[in-house]
Amino acid sequence: MSDTITFTIDGVEIKGTPGMTILEAADACGVYIPRLCKAKGLSPRGSCRVCTVMVNARPQSACTQPIAEGMIVENDTPALKEHRRQIIEMLLVEGNHFCPLCERSGSCELQALGYRHGIMAPRYPYQFPKRDMDVGHPDLMIDRNRCILCGRCVNASRYVDGKTAYEFVGRSVHKRIAADAATGLAGTRAAADDRAAEVCPVGSIIRKRTAYAVPIGQRPFDRKPIGAEIEAKKA
Amino acid sequence: MAKTKPKLATASLAGCFGCHMSILDIDERILQLIDLVDFDKSPIDDIKEFTGRCAIGLIEGGCCNEENVRVLRDFRSHCDILIAVGECAVMGGLPALRNMVPLKECLDEAYLDGPTVYNPGKVLPNDKELPLILDRVYPIQEVVKVDYSLPGCPPSADTIWQALVALLTDKPLELPYELIKYD
Repeated sequence: MSDTITFTIDGVEIKGTPGMTILEAADACGVYIPRLCKAKGLSPRGSCRVCTVMVNARPQSACTQPIAEGMIVENDTPALKEHRRQIIEMLLVEGNHFCPLCERSGSCELQALGYRHGIMAPRYPYQFPKRDMDVGHPDLMIDRNRCILCGRCVNASRYVDGKTAYEFVGRSVHKRIAADAATGLAGTRAAADDRAAEVCPVGSIIRKRTAYAVPIGQRPFDRKPIGAEIEAKKA
Repeated sequence: MAKTKPKLATASLAGCFGCHMSILDIDERILQLIDLVDFDKSPIDDIKEFTGRCAIGLIEGGCCNEENVRVLRDFRSHCDILIAVGECAVMGGLPALRNMVPLKECLDEAYLDGPTVYNPGKVLPNDKELPLILDRVYPIQEVVKVDYSLPGCPPSADTIWQALVALLTDKPLELPYELIKYD
């Protein structure tokens, strides 16, 4: 068996090694596939469906699908961009995303995906759900108004930090992130330097006393779209 | 004689006038804008009622009371193109923070129970001159058809300028990446 797998994304030849996912191979070759629930160093969950690509004409999540010799992947097509736009818009109306007053504005991945896809306003009605916060921890807080249930914190806390400080509770529209303690986050071993606190793509898990440190204009997504650092790898 | 210019109308509903300040932030380009359009009903020239059909209406703010809805519908019926300007018009903005709290609780906190409230008569504002407050704040596209949205708090002067020039010169409204911001 060969050590190199060759396939194409939008007609461009991509090389990877066995065991890689489409997303990993694309990243290494400087092709950006938008993603939200997948974070570097965490196992993929395939839940947000933003990274959906067409693999041999069937939709697959690029973060979970292993590469195979000769597969034909479509990524940057009008239909897939529209699919991603709809997911992002639904996420924007499902929670309470008040960008003007959010600490993560400018470094938020959901917002950045909105920018990258040119979303001026979601086409769906805003839900304004009633959600609560957990502010008891001395260094951290959970604002569930902004949570998109990507599961990154659950994953990182369990497999990187070894703490299981965050967990999902409830089902369907009642699903939310909870701290693994009757007393809320303050009763867990969660700490501000946990990977779990760092990986939140939105402003849901916030490290206290760190907000608004970077001026407007210098924040990560002010001038460069999300994914620009991956695309810069392409020679 | 100059030929008739298209007309531009603006209004601030449940907003803070920050978006109107951003319109003024186009600085000396306002002289070019005056070459392109005449201002109709707008706080900028203080014309209170529409004098005729307008090409473009800019709406700042969402709808928090019945007067906002009336003004918005008036704009819709007088303007060929209606643009939601700023986060409040697009998604309700800061006023919509009350949307997660029932209206009675909001009023009680503001006029009866708040720590700094002095209201011995326990009176809630109910003068007939005051427009009735709505149950929640509505983004304007939930009330009327909106043709374009310019997000931002406020949208930058460049965003507003490029959008207006594109529409007034019959070009597609395509903004560069740096001008699409939600904050």
